[in-house]
Formats: sequence, C-alpha cells, structure tokens
Amino acid sequence: MARLRTAEHRSQISVLLVLFVIIALFMIGSPKTFLSSDIYAAFMSTIPFSMIMALSLTLIVISGEMDLSFPSIMGFCGYVFTHVFHATGSFPLALLSCILVGLGAGFLNGLLIVKLRLPSLVLTIGTQFFWYGVTQVLSGGLGKTLVPTKASTLYYLFVGRIGGRFPAQILWAILIGFIIWLVLNRHRFGAHIYFTGDNPASARVMGVNVDRVKMIVFTQMGGFAAFAGVLASLEVLYFWPTLGQGYLLKTIAAVFLGGTPVEGGVGTVFGTFIGAIIIGILEAGIIAMGMTGFWTQLVYGLIIVVSIAIHSALRRRT
Amino acid sequence: MAEHNDVLVRMVNIWKSFGHVEVLRGVNFHVGYNEIVGLLGDNGAGKSTLIKILTGVHHPDRGEIYWKGEKLIGYSVARARDLGIETVFQERALSEQHTIWRNIFMGREITTSWGFIDVKKEREETERIMRQYMGFTSAALSVDSMVGTMSGGEKQGVAIARALHFQADLIILDEPTTGLSLSETQKVLGFVEEIKKNGKSAIFITHNIYHVYPVADRIVILDRGSIVGEFEKTAISLEKLVEKLYLVARTGRLENNSQEVSVPKDQEKSERDLQSFMP
Repeated sequence: MARLRTAEHRSQISVLLVLFVIIALFMIGSPKTFLSSDIYAAFMSTIPFSMIMALSLTLIVISGEMDLSFPSIMGFCGYVFTHVFHATGSFPLALLSCILVGLGAGFLNGLLIVKLRLPSLVLTIGTQFFWYGVTQVLSGGLGKTLVPTKASTLYYLFVGRIGGRFPAQILWAILIGFIIWLVLNRHRFGAHIYFTGDNPASARVMGVNVDRVKMIVFTQMGGFAAFAGVLASLEVLYFWPTLGQGYLLKTIAAVFLGGTPVEGGVGTVFGTFIGAIIIGILEAGIIAMGMTGFWTQLVYGLIIVVSIAIHSALRRRT
Repeated sequence: MAEHNDVLVRMVNIWKSFGHVEVLRGVNFHVGYNEIVGLLGDNGAGKSTLIKILTGVHHPDRGEIYWKGEKLIGYSVARARDLGIETVFQERALSEQHTIWRNIFMGREITTSWGFIDVKKEREETERIMRQYMGFTSAALSVDSMVGTMSGGEKQGVAIARALHFQADLIILDEPTTGLSLSETQKVLGFVEEIKKNGKSAIFITHNIYHVYPVADRIVILDRGSIVGEFEKTAISLEKLVEKLYLVARTGRLENNSQEVSVPKDQEKSERDLQSFMP
C-alpha cells in the first residue's frame, strides 16, 4: 500500500492521539467538569463556527494558497444578514443575501489572486482590512439584536437544541465536513485541488485549470465564512460589528494542527476536523483545570508547535 | 497536401525570432510513422523552441506544419493534444505527493455522474497500464505507490505509459535521461522501445548521443537555429556520429561565429558541411 497513504493515516492517528491525551489530561485535572456532559454540549455549540471555516480553509491551503480575510468576510456577512433581516423581516432572504455576498467576496479574492497574480497571503491581508472597515462604516460600530429571528423555524434548524440539549450547528459542521471530504477525495475537482497545490506547472500541462481551481476554493471560503457568521450571530441572537475577529489564528491553527502543511498538495478533512476540536476545547480546559487565562496562549503555542513538528517528522519518514 | 502524407508530422521552413534573436532559421523537420527521432543539439540550439512550436506553445513567424498530410491552421496547445501529441517534460508533469493511479489520470479522470471519480476503474486501468506499457511486475511498486518515492527512470515510465494510454501518436521526450544513473537510463530506453513496439512515434530530445543512438531510427542535429545534420541510424556508426557532433560543436565555439556553420538545405548538403569540418 502506498507510503503516502500510511503517512496520511499516521498523521491522522497522531492528531487523534493528541486529542485523546488532552481530554485525558483535562479529565484528570478537572474531573468534575470533564466527566460531565455539560461541557461537551457547550463545545458542540461553540466549536462549529471555526470548524466550518477551518474545513473550508483546508481546501485553500491544500491548493497552495492562504486566506486571511475570512474573519472579516464573516463579520461583513453577519452585518448583511442582520441588515436584510431587519429591512425585510425575511429570514430566507437575509440568509440568501448574506451567502451570496460571502461568495462574492471570496470570488473577488480569487479573481484578484489569479488575474493580477497577487500572492494570496498579501492580498487577503488587504481584503481582511477592507471588509472589516466596510462593516465598521456601515454599522457605525453598533450591534443589533437578532432576537426576532427566533420566530423563524430556520433559527431552530441552524442553532436550535435537538432534544433540548444537542446544538444543531454541530450537525451542520459534520454535514459540511462530509461534503468537503467527498469533494476532496472522490470528486475530480478535489483531485485538481491536490494537483494544483502539489505542482501547479504539472497540473497545468496535464489540462487542470489551475486558475479556475483557485477561484473556486476562494469563493467557497467566502460562502462558508458567511454561513459561519450567520450561525455565530444566531447563537447569541446579536450581531456584533467585531464578529469574526479572534477566529483568524485559531482557524488557521486548526488546519495546520490537522496535518495540512502550509506548502499545500496534501492534507485531510479529518485532520482539520480533529484540529478544530483540539483548538476549541483548549481554552475551557485550561481554565477548568484551575490555571489562569494567561496560560491559554502558552499552551496553544506549545500544542501547535509540537503537533506540526510531529506531522513534519511523519512526512519526512516517507 | 498529398506530398506530406507520407509522414506523421512535417514542419516546413520554420522561422522564429524572439526580439532580435533569430532562434530558428528555416528549419525543415519531420517525424515518420512509427519512427523514433533523436533530436540533438547544444543549449540554445533551438530544440526547445522547435518543440514548443510543434506542441502549439509558440507560433512560428513563418513556416507550416502538416499533421498526417493536413496543414494545421489555428494551431494551439489544446489542438496539439487533441491530435495526439504528448510531451513528457523534463520535470515529468507528475504530482509527486500522489499515487501512480492518481497521476495516470491527472486532468483526465474517469468519472461517473456528477464528476465523481471512478476510483475502482482508475486503479484497475492503472494496473493494466503498468503491466502493458511499463512491464512493472515489481512487488515494491503498486498502483498506490507514491510517485515521489519512485526512481527517476520509473517516473519517466509513468509519464510515457500515461501518454501511450491516452493514444498519443507522437510522444515528445524532453531530456528524459538527464540526471539519471546508468541503470535508470536503461529503464527509460526500455520505455522508449515500448513506444515503438506500440506503433507510435517519438522525438527524443537530448544532449547525449550515447543515450539516443540505441533507440533512435534517425538522428537530427540542430545547431544555432538550423538543422546541420540528419542521419538514418543504419547509415552511420555511433563513432562516426560522435565525431561529427564533436566537430559541429567545436567549430562553432572555436570560431565563435555562427556563420561558420552553414544552413544546409537538405541532408546531402548537411553531410557535406560536416565532412568539411573533418580534420
């Protein structure tokens, strides 16, 4: 069997082990919190926002690119959703406009990167500031309630509690993860994403439309950032003009922690899925163990560096 | 154009300049059916420009290309591929971090409805292709082997097998043996022989006469934008060919004057020119 296959499996197993070790440590350090189901229900309500974006970002990273603008697109789309909802009272219309704006913003990133041959890392720093600025200007820096959305059944479909306890958004994250996995591993477009990231010159010669692949991966990122923005706003029933800020590094860390290297060409959806869980549980776990919040960043850094070192070592062995 | 029907591809009086630099100067070049042509020349001789014109990457300033007797108009990369011209590039156009089966079908995946890849079929086909065109029976290699773990010769094999599978009539091998060990070079030469056995044609571009001579039917020498020699292998020994090549290279360089090597109009003249360089 392919050595790559086993390398990828090893990589996925290693990230899963990191998760188990962290949970075991938390259970020992704070049994009262981590042996109760409440904390897991809370995780399932908060993790999906960054998880959805991390799953989507995985496609961009595999294609050899990077996006730093998705948190601002998330914020701007949250604004669009709130604004359209208040203006029309229609949840579906607000949702549709928000997703379309997200796709448009993502498409713009892709278009500029492909047509102007701009490096994605630099371009998306620019669009990150741009969309954040647009949100601030249009909202005047003010938030707005979303309590009236509770009148719509869609609210319950997105962030309701199944059986009064199970957050619906985790099911959305799992569904999106499955769709992205299916595309990446079974669809020709997924194969083209891998080829584009591994060796764009070869991919081009073999008839892969590398530019098209890049435009699509950036476009879908915008769409999923918009969707995550809707979920995050609905969860707290309020739109904050700073929505999205704070997601950037955690989301990127989830992708790298999951074993997708910054060079692109390889990477797994499963790895990102577990990476997002690890990032999502760390902060609560550290505080529950009685350490101060000051420790959070330190532990984040440590776990990310150790995990990336493990992935790199596993890859070199092939 | 019945007069061009006897060969697979014929390039007639091809001229190409980049800025003020004349890269090709009235080149006449052809490849016959089921023929392996060795295209030899130093760096800057114009080999790669000639091939890029043949593959539709560049357009000639002047000249015509005939494919199976038919004059090509509005020629492009896509058209060249449609006709059955495949290039096996120096960097091999492979995706190193992926499996052989993924690479064989790169950009031409076997899909079911909605564009989903028929993984089972692609793997089975790859197994057949590896046996048929590459003679791979090694237990160390399977369809799931990662290309990055293969040797240089094996990688060339995958690229050639891929071209043969997709029914290329003309396979252009761009320096396929550069940087390979002796045994790896032997493997690649074996793959080139497969091209011939399968009734297809190839252009083998190289600096190294020792690599191309054993497998080529005809050797063409390009120097500073012109064809200076063209030899049927049956008509010339390897030793004699080496001597001629050495003279072409040496004369040009020693005199440092491109006019020293004249542009022959045909093979006889080319022979004469080379003969005149003999000590």
